[in-house]
Amino acid sequence: MASVDRQLADNIPSFDKHEDGQAVGVSNWSGVAGQLSLIKSSREWALIAFVAAALIGGMELLLRLYEVPTYIMPTPSLIATALVRDFPLLAPHVGHTLVELLSGFAIGATVGFVLAALVTQFPLLERIIAPYILLLVTTPMLALVPLLILKLGFGYSPRIIAVALASGPMVMINSATGFRRTDLAKIALARSFGASTLQIFLKIRIPMAMPMVIVGLMVGSIFGLLTAVGAEMVGGSFGLGNRLTYYSSLIQMPQFFACIVLLAVIGISIYVFFYWLGKKYAGWES
Amino acid sequence: MSAATAKRPKLTVEDASKFYDTPTGRTHALDRFSMDVQDGEFICVVGPSGCGKSTLLWSMAGLHALSSGRILLDGEPVTKPSPQIAMVFQEANMLPWRSLQKNIELPFEIRRQAPARDRIGRLLERVGLAGFEGKYPRELSGGMQQRASIVRALSVDPSLLLMDEPFGALDAFTRDEMNLLIEEIWLETKKTIVFITHSIPEAVFLADRVYVMSARPGRLSKVFDIDIPRPRPLEVQAAPHFVELVAEIKGSIEHKAPARPAAA
Repeated sequence: MASVDRQLADNIPSFDKHEDGQAVGVSNWSGVAGQLSLIKSSREWALIAFVAAALIGGMELLLRLYEVPTYIMPTPSLIATALVRDFPLLAPHVGHTLVELLSGFAIGATVGFVLAALVTQFPLLERIIAPYILLLVTTPMLALVPLLILKLGFGYSPRIIAVALASGPMVMINSATGFRRTDLAKIALARSFGASTLQIFLKIRIPMAMPMVIVGLMVGSIFGLLTAVGAEMVGGSFGLGNRLTYYSSLIQMPQFFACIVLLAVIGISIYVFFYWLGKKYAGWES
Repeated sequence: MSAATAKRPKLTVEDASKFYDTPTGRTHALDRFSMDVQDGEFICVVGPSGCGKSTLLWSMAGLHALSSGRILLDGEPVTKPSPQIAMVFQEANMLPWRSLQKNIELPFEIRRQAPARDRIGRLLERVGLAGFEGKYPRELSGGMQQRASIVRALSVDPSLLLMDEPFGALDAFTRDEMNLLIEEIWLETKKTIVFITHSIPEAVFLADRVYVMSARPGRLSKVFDIDIPRPRPLEVQAAPHFVELVAEIKGSIEHKAPARPAAA
């Protein structure tokens, strides 16, 4: 944060050109969140519902018409029946997956956000740790799960660690992009009214970084879900990922697809939540 | 003795110099600039771009330190931002994530004070922004945003208002409107104003005195007293005396054409 003053002192205050990074994130954000707002009238809603019904109905019809065996592809009605009938059996596993996802993501996101906030204030520190963050982002954290299980057993902890390791770096790199958007004029504005470094951080830098932070949270949580399910497939006896391997080994395809439907519901909920969060805290940018 | 204190300038700049160290070398932005501003005066500083006028203003605001020389406000050295000073920036400088009301309340939030709602309300009314409090900057025109930023600066009741090319990005009509507004506000409030611009007509229209700066290093080249009576209507810009003053100031600015080395 000390660099704020240095930047101010060393920079010739010329606003002929905008400071760099001004446009970063704008396109990213609307890219992630652009679709939902397109839906407008009730007629459009009706059309969307109709297409969805036609797709599912058509699938049902075709699968029955060609008598596709259930072990290859169950009909939507069988999946729905399995989902409703076996829900009491599946619900605890949804709970386990959510526990892993939420606690791992909470840890990863917090660490990622704080690191991004800190690191962007010290360019040298940022350059030092950047390779490791890149390593964490590009290496699938799933690869570590067998090792983690070896050390920590088949409980929650290896999965939570894997989720944190997968989501944290995603939150971090995106947040760092956000925090790097410095607008000297806005910082000077706050300083001219006597703002402290902390106040500048809270009232200028964080709100400015917010659109990219939310993108990071969204991507990070999706990566977290991916890793949680993957880790459950590797070992242990609970969680939706574990159920996927379990039902496929028993060739109980309706239950298998019921698990996939539940995962899709979790994924879509994450998307909708962050879309809403983005509207609320980053809507000023679009 | 009492006469001396009564005559003490509101703002004094003494031999202000500023260097910037950049990767490409040292820039001499401001060279021994001095000025005295009396309480309630309207001063304009004009000069070519890169002449250090913004550097000068930012130093007056206490936003960065001088390399040498000093700036006094009411006899006290300015080394950091003061509650007596408020600044209006280029292109309004609104925070896009805050509503107009929240933007205007920013200084109060920073100072942990209750916002002066009456004052803010009156100012918004005065600049024609009443009813727009809930709007976000992107919903407002450039002129409206700049009016809001003037309200933000005046809301804390500063005794010195610093304006850094505030209307440079506005179209000519809006600019005229803003110039009229700022003159009226100045006549009503009698704040001391230091106003930076690269438009000579704007400077002559607004100022009691115009300081002309030359570029690289930025130094004072000339001071002009503007004796046009107030209030000045927009039509004054066509008056022969106004045109003369503008021409005279224009002539005093040294243009450094690289192909033609200066004779002196």
